[in-house]
Amino acid sequence: MIEVKNLSKSFGDNLVWKDVSLSVPNGETLAIIGKSGCGKSVLMKHLNALMKPDEGVVLLDGQNIFELSYVDLRIQRQRFGFLFQGAALFDSISAFENVAFPLRYFTKKKEDEIRKRVLECLEMVNLADIGDKSTAELSGGMRKRVGLARAIVLEPDYLLYDEPTSGLDPETSNEINELIVHFSDNLNITSIVVTHDMHSVLEIADYAAFLDEQKLSWHGTVQEMTKSDHKRLNSFIRASEYQI
Amino acid sequence: MQVFYDFGRYCQLLYQAIRSSSELKSYYRNFVSEMIKTGYDSLPIVILAGVFTGAVLSIQTSYQLVSALIPKSTIGAIVTQSIIIELAAVISGLVLAGRVGARIATELGTMRVSEQIDALESMGFNSVSFLVVPRVLASFVMFPVLYIAAATTGVGGGLLAGIVTGQVPAADFLLGARTFFLPWDIIFGMTKSIVFGFIITSISCYKGYYASGGAEGVGTATTNATVLSCIFILLADLMLAIILL
Repeated sequence: MIEVKNLSKSFGDNLVWKDVSLSVPNGETLAIIGKSGCGKSVLMKHLNALMKPDEGVVLLDGQNIFELSYVDLRIQRQRFGFLFQGAALFDSISAFENVAFPLRYFTKKKEDEIRKRVLECLEMVNLADIGDKSTAELSGGMRKRVGLARAIVLEPDYLLYDEPTSGLDPETSNEINELIVHFSDNLNITSIVVTHDMHSVLEIADYAAFLDEQKLSWHGTVQEMTKSDHKRLNSFIRASEYQI
Repeated sequence: MQVFYDFGRYCQLLYQAIRSSSELKSYYRNFVSEMIKTGYDSLPIVILAGVFTGAVLSIQTSYQLVSALIPKSTIGAIVTQSIIIELAAVISGLVLAGRVGARIATELGTMRVSEQIDALESMGFNSVSFLVVPRVLASFVMFPVLYIAAATTGVGGGLLAGIVTGQVPAADFLLGARTFFLPWDIIFGMTKSIVFGFIITSISCYKGYYASGGAEGVGTATTNATVLSCIFILLADLMLAIILL
């Protein structure tokens, strides 16, 4: 279980948010929503300590990740899969090698086992025939799916998605949403999704957290969100051009 | 204040690199590929710089030493000594600041702004041991090799220019080169090349690793890496001359 307690972050004099507290039960999906620039991705990067807060803690199964030694932190990070906004594929190696990358360094699998696992993950994201294509040859949607395959290849407990559907056409967005639901339901992965795509939120999330005015303005289940009388949350949802 | 901040962060990065240099498993593949990129791929430009520097030095020394009282072998001695002690290391260092330094800063800078370094960290990698350590270590191995290549071809270029222009016969050139040759000069030149390699790769890694601000930020990091490398090469050259000679 991931718990965030009283987290505050600023860059110089610019306060990003303060006193953010939320939790995600195991196997559930939380969507962090809010306007562009409100610090959603910054919050996400605190969850596996890619960034450090000014105040507050992130508890991973009760353990404060900011107090871990770097070696222990790296071990804990292997429990996370992270899909970055631009997929963050390593462009010096092929798409296949991107997925194989964590296996080569963190497991003792033999070459044929690595190949089998990589193909299995690529098949899950409907890219089994990707072969040895370089990352430059991939479309935006394919890059995200390869990124997703890489994120799940070590069978993580937690999956962090940073804007998984941004810049994608509606059809590809739906495919990505279906994959997120599939991973959550079938692999029992706890997912945290940063997005401002309300369509995605309604499809994939169990919980939602609304960042606004430099704080966690609203937090609850998606069902509660649809009935909430929170003025700014409703305004954000309406602005997303999605009628609930 | 920014200078102190940068220096502190640079030292911190080096400290992290030293601490993580024992994680051989995470960087040995990169180490091999970095040796190829830094060493083998840089050979043509270093050889070219060496040949032309030696040739020009030979022609200009001949032009300046026009006297019946000065034996022709002096030209061979001057060219060889200058190449071995100073020019092979400095010229190749400055050329490599552009070739190797710019490549490293651009690679790491692009990885930083496209979140590839974050991706490495989020998977549980030590990004410093994965990216910085192999590049710096490769320079320790390959810069002396490149220095030898530059020195050999520099002397060769000087000899060839002397023969082709008819200014210095080969026998005189080689006599001068041999007469004043000291093995210590080679050690001095190689020491310089190792220091220059460290300066170039560590500064470029630092600038690239902490790049920010998209394509413009990467461009700035690359420019700063090259310029700072050149400045510190010249400073280190002076310091080493004062200390070791």
